[in-house]
Amino acid sequence: MTIRFEDPNRPNSYIGRTVPRPNAGKLVAGRGRYVDDIVLPRMVHVAFVRSPHPHARIGAIETGAALAEKGVLKVFTGKDLAEICTPWEGKLAHLQGMKTPPQHPLAVERACWVGEPVVAVVGRTRAEAEAGAALVEIDFEPLPAVTDIRTALDKGTPVLHEALGDNLCFRKSNEAGEVDRVFAEAPRVVEATFKTARHTGVTLEPRVIITDWNGADGQLTAHVSNQAPHMLQVLLAGHLDIPESRVHVICGDVGGSFGLKVHVYPDEVATAAIAKIMGRPVKFASDRVEAFTSDIHARDHEATGRIALDENGMILGFDVDDWTGIGPYSIYPRTSAVEGLQVTNLIGGPYAFDHYRCRTSVVFQNKGICAQYRAVGHPVAVAITEGLVDKAAAEMGIDPIEIRRRNLIADDDYPKTTAAGLKLEGLSHHKSLDSLIEAMDYEGLRAEQKDLREKGVHRGIGIASFIELTNPSPFMYGIGGARISAQDGCTVRMDPDGSVVALTGVTEQGQGTEAIMAQIVAEAVGVSPDLVRVVTGDTRVTPFGGGTWASRGAGIGGEAALQAGRAVRQQALEVAAAMLQAKAGDLDVRDGIIVDARSGEERLTLAEVGRIVYFRGDTLPKGLPRELMQTRHFITSDYPYAFTNGVQASYVEVDTDTGFVKLLKHWCVEDCGRIINPLLVDEQIRGGIVQGIGAALFEEVCYDASGQMLNGTMADYLVPMSAEMPDMVIRHVETPTAESALGAKGAGEAGTAGAPAAIMNAINDAIRPLGGTVTHMPFTPERILRALGTITD
Amino acid sequence: MKASIGGYARAESVPHALSLLGEADGVGRILAGGQSLIAALNLGVSAGDMLVDITGIETLRGATLDGDRLVIGALTRHGDIARDPLIAEHAPLLAAAAPLIAHDAIRNRGTIGGSLAHADPAAEYPACVLALDATLVLEGPAGRREVAAEDFFLGLFETARADEEILTAILIPCARPGDRHVIREAARRAGDYALAGLAVVRREGRHRIGAFGLDDRPVLCAGAMAKWDAGDVDGMIAALAKDIDPPSDTQASASYRRHLAGVLLRRIAAELGEAQ
Repeated sequence: MTIRFEDPNRPNSYIGRTVPRPNAGKLVAGRGRYVDDIVLPRMVHVAFVRSPHPHARIGAIETGAALAEKGVLKVFTGKDLAEICTPWEGKLAHLQGMKTPPQHPLAVERACWVGEPVVAVVGRTRAEAEAGAALVEIDFEPLPAVTDIRTALDKGTPVLHEALGDNLCFRKSNEAGEVDRVFAEAPRVVEATFKTARHTGVTLEPRVIITDWNGADGQLTAHVSNQAPHMLQVLLAGHLDIPESRVHVICGDVGGSFGLKVHVYPDEVATAAIAKIMGRPVKFASDRVEAFTSDIHARDHEATGRIALDENGMILGFDVDDWTGIGPYSIYPRTSAVEGLQVTNLIGGPYAFDHYRCRTSVVFQNKGICAQYRAVGHPVAVAITEGLVDKAAAEMGIDPIEIRRRNLIADDDYPKTTAAGLKLEGLSHHKSLDSLIEAMDYEGLRAEQKDLREKGVHRGIGIASFIELTNPSPFMYGIGGARISAQDGCTVRMDPDGSVVALTGVTEQGQGTEAIMAQIVAEAVGVSPDLVRVVTGDTRVTPFGGGTWASRGAGIGGEAALQAGRAVRQQALEVAAAMLQAKAGDLDVRDGIIVDARSGEERLTLAEVGRIVYFRGDTLPKGLPRELMQTRHFITSDYPYAFTNGVQASYVEVDTDTGFVKLLKHWCVEDCGRIINPLLVDEQIRGGIVQGIGAALFEEVCYDASGQMLNGTMADYLVPMSAEMPDMVIRHVETPTAESALGAKGAGEAGTAGAPAAIMNAINDAIRPLGGTVTHMPFTPERILRALGTITD
Repeated sequence: MKASIGGYARAESVPHALSLLGEADGVGRILAGGQSLIAALNLGVSAGDMLVDITGIETLRGATLDGDRLVIGALTRHGDIARDPLIAEHAPLLAAAAPLIAHDAIRNRGTIGGSLAHADPAAEYPACVLALDATLVLEGPAGRREVAAEDFFLGLFETARADEEILTAILIPCARPGDRHVIREAARRAGDYALAGLAVVRREGRHRIGAFGLDDRPVLCAGAMAKWDAGDVDGMIAALAKDIDPPSDTQASASYRRHLAGVLLRRIAAELGEAQ
């Protein structure tokens, strides 16, 4: 049975509506339950001694003074934990040639970045553990550090991991057509270099974990702020030699993750290992300072790119050489190669052209580990692509909208496989661009820009089209051997009162997963959303699933919820039909009541069905199936990924005396397929844009040439704040995927993917008449004045 | 990181606070709002301090007139300075400066005396009191003394206040009709410490310029002031670049800050009607 999504007056039409979030009241009232709220009997606290050196050999470790400190219970070194915890290597089998050394929960022989955990001190309180940690003496022998990306593979550069031979973690080139010939013959070739700054996630709630080893039943329980509980269950079991079935991971309320909490962190594994040794609950809560040095970083890319065009401004090809520094280890289990890999797939993504080359070189360095963070690789690829397209347009005297019109893949040209090899099911670049132009009054803004320029006011308009990878299949990780699930499941259960419980393998970390699950299940079963309670994040309770990442919650988890809900509805109808001596096909469920499908006449409440099934089953025919609890799993199979598309625009004013940029307005038209909750999607886009604004104007983890971090506090690392945020206009085009009945693609990362490029193009549109361009993010006032030649020393 | 302190005591009066400071044997730290000190303790920058909390001493809060001088108690909060009509009338520079300081939560706790005694070179008030030609009142075991703002700031977080003294009040010559007070700063985000900032007071054709974020201490820009008094705007900008010695950090280089200071000063001069 299909749902007539196009009919807003259909019964139980909760999909596609803005409905209140079921968990909002609890969180606003302060009754959420984050890991830090949990206090267990006999719980102790761990603090880590972290490396102050970018690279150093670890000599003697003196722990006597720490152990003598009041309240300190135990001190563990890397060697201690290596005895009960196996090391890991963040590699995927399908990423050929990838190298990374074994990584331990605590550094054993060498510390390889500032902030790497080296010694763990356990105390009765965090303060006592910290006091002990301050007394640990480690004999560090500093070693030469690798920090620069472009020279990491040079002969004169020290090799970070001797056993690997060089500093190359991974290299891949994606090539199609005749790039060398086309670039040699093209009427127009435009080149530019780009840098995206290393930044980090800065979740409101830092990483927190409480692990408890119960030796009596051989079970490890982990309460953790994480977005992939089943993945963590499997990995903790493997490295701590515990059967998977004896590891229980619980993720309650999570205060933001953005990809930061989908990885295996050495300090968290150490906490679990220590719990196993000590046989009691151990808590680790990252504070903000250690978050800056120990949370994953991302986006540390430098690239040189070329675009070739014919004399009409039609794109012939792209040729990009991308370099990225990922710290000393590839992240586990997803690897730190995926960001670069995404760049090699996504360059030129919105456009029709035939000749393609993009190489990424992923190198080791003595800085924090880089890994997947919201919109993995997309902001880098979109900045390079859209920066080159705009530069070409400017050089050829073509309006930025017009050059996109000529080159964007036509809306009726799907399914299509791009030059980079991406299989696209159906996108709406032109429809989205039309909507954007109307929303922003493009011509009006251009006229205003011209008038103001004559008065010495420098405003700029920047456009960025983009595609975004969502709903990943096992092609992303599973085929590489990682036990990361691409399928997901949902169990829907109707209780005697006609209310419904939905248990889902996808997780909630503040974005509203529970809200959309409630909506989907409500519509599927035929009840009001407030009768649906959603359970997430408990490996003992929910179907085995992948969790929430790569914008998969709605598209994968949502479809499983829809199918499970429909199955419960069908089962309830079968029971009702037996009770009413009717045919199930002639009945329907509307707002919790079994009705005659044709006339709408009310026949029976779901609560009555529940009462009969659960308390008076004797009155039903023997053998009648009566399972008011159904589980369905869903996996995509036609396409490796469900790509979405969109286009963003930024309107800025540049103070050419100070270099300050004022964001005047921002627009995004986005196509994430079926929209389940319009308000939640809009806010996902807005939040993503804010993170993109951070990338464009504010965020940069700064290291000096020796590998010391220079700005690891909230005072020095600038996150985007509300006062600087512009008004954002969000619009949608809906091109549902045919892979599922729901038709939803992901919406969580599109804002972040396109915003930095739109702002870059807007700034350059403003300052290009003055002879400057910027391509090195973030675009600080100083970088803008240097581009303008105002400051030269 | 958990803050580590040696002890905490709440003073009921200035003499009580002075005696607590004396008993602390050199490790006493005055808690006057805590908006810098507590953050520093939480970062582990300082440990083992005996905190003497003076925030309960009501007599140090609020502004009064004393002849042609405005007396501002050291514990007057930034939020109160922004809203007090007496301050708006007699020291409009401070009323304009207070909203530039951080955010509401900080302005509702932080105090002017705390800010001046902390002497962050990037903070607004120290540059303001230089421009206002204010006098700072210190009370210690040996009694009360007054120090001109120009003599108070000695270096990075370093002032003329002795460890056993408490900054209790700020004395400001009241603004006269025709006086102009202007403060301008440039910060990456609203509420951040400014990359550069200038506080300017014009009185009877004479100018005083206090600079913040532009040196290791708040600076009275004597060279630029003299050029401005002489009506030489371009000379003033050139002199300003020599009056200051800005720091370089992850936000901006010294060259950028020096340039930015010049832009700000030119804009202030234009605002005050100087021909460009």
